[in-house]
Amino acid sequence: MADVERGNRPLSPHLQVYKWPLNMGMSILHRMTGVALGGVTALVAIWFLALAWSPEAFALVNGLMTSWLGWLVLLGGAASAWFHFANGLRHLVWDTGSSFGQRRVQRTAILGLLASAILTLVTIWVAASV
Amino acid sequence: MRYLTDRKRATGLGSARSGTGHFWEQRVSAIALVVLTPLFIFPLAYNMGDSYEAVRAAYGNPVNAIVAVAFMITAFLHFFQGIQVVIEDYVHGRWELVLIITTRLLSAAFALIGSLAILKIFFGA
Repeated sequence: MADVERGNRPLSPHLQVYKWPLNMGMSILHRMTGVALGGVTALVAIWFLALAWSPEAFALVNGLMTSWLGWLVLLGGAASAWFHFANGLRHLVWDTGSSFGQRRVQRTAILGLLASAILTLVTIWVAASV
Repeated sequence: MRYLTDRKRATGLGSARSGTGHFWEQRVSAIALVVLTPLFIFPLAYNMGDSYEAVRAAYGNPVNAIVAVAFMITAFLHFFQGIQVVIEDYVHGRWELVLIITTRLLSAAFALIGSLAILKIFFGA
């Protein structure tokens, strides 16, 4: 029989036992943060509209944006922006045909995560300093 | 009257019939945002939570205003370029078309809302 060795063959990766490469998570996060950033930037546009409209409109929108929920959304927006920024730089390098090696991809992924964390912390520091 | 031959009209365009045009345009807006994003986010974070008068004054400053207008236009351009690819990957049929057109129009609307508001503040300062 031709199929006698079937059970001993290596299996293809199954979702439940498959260890995700870090870069797969980076790719999914890049899309998710990109979509989220559209929403947060729209909120910022509305904040500018209120600022242009009247002091009362600004008080309303600014009050929502600087409530605890508003700050949480803005923090998420800042973190998303810096992740998309750092990972976007990796993409721009890849677009030149460079840095596709497995180790280099792993290293720039960690570097991208570190950079986005640091930039987010700096943004919090700038926002907190008056 | 087209002066292109049939062959010339099709070369390099592929099955999507638009070639690498979309990809290329998205890289250009990405490169613009590499510069604009830090210049926009840090002043925004600095001014977030300040009084009406203080924020009006901040965006009356030409550098802040120009960066903010450029960011609003470029960010929403880049957003619809990106979201179009995401929609094309996951949604098919009629909803694909509906979502692409909707996100494109919304992007244009918010780019206008943001940039006109900032211009009004800038010229009113």
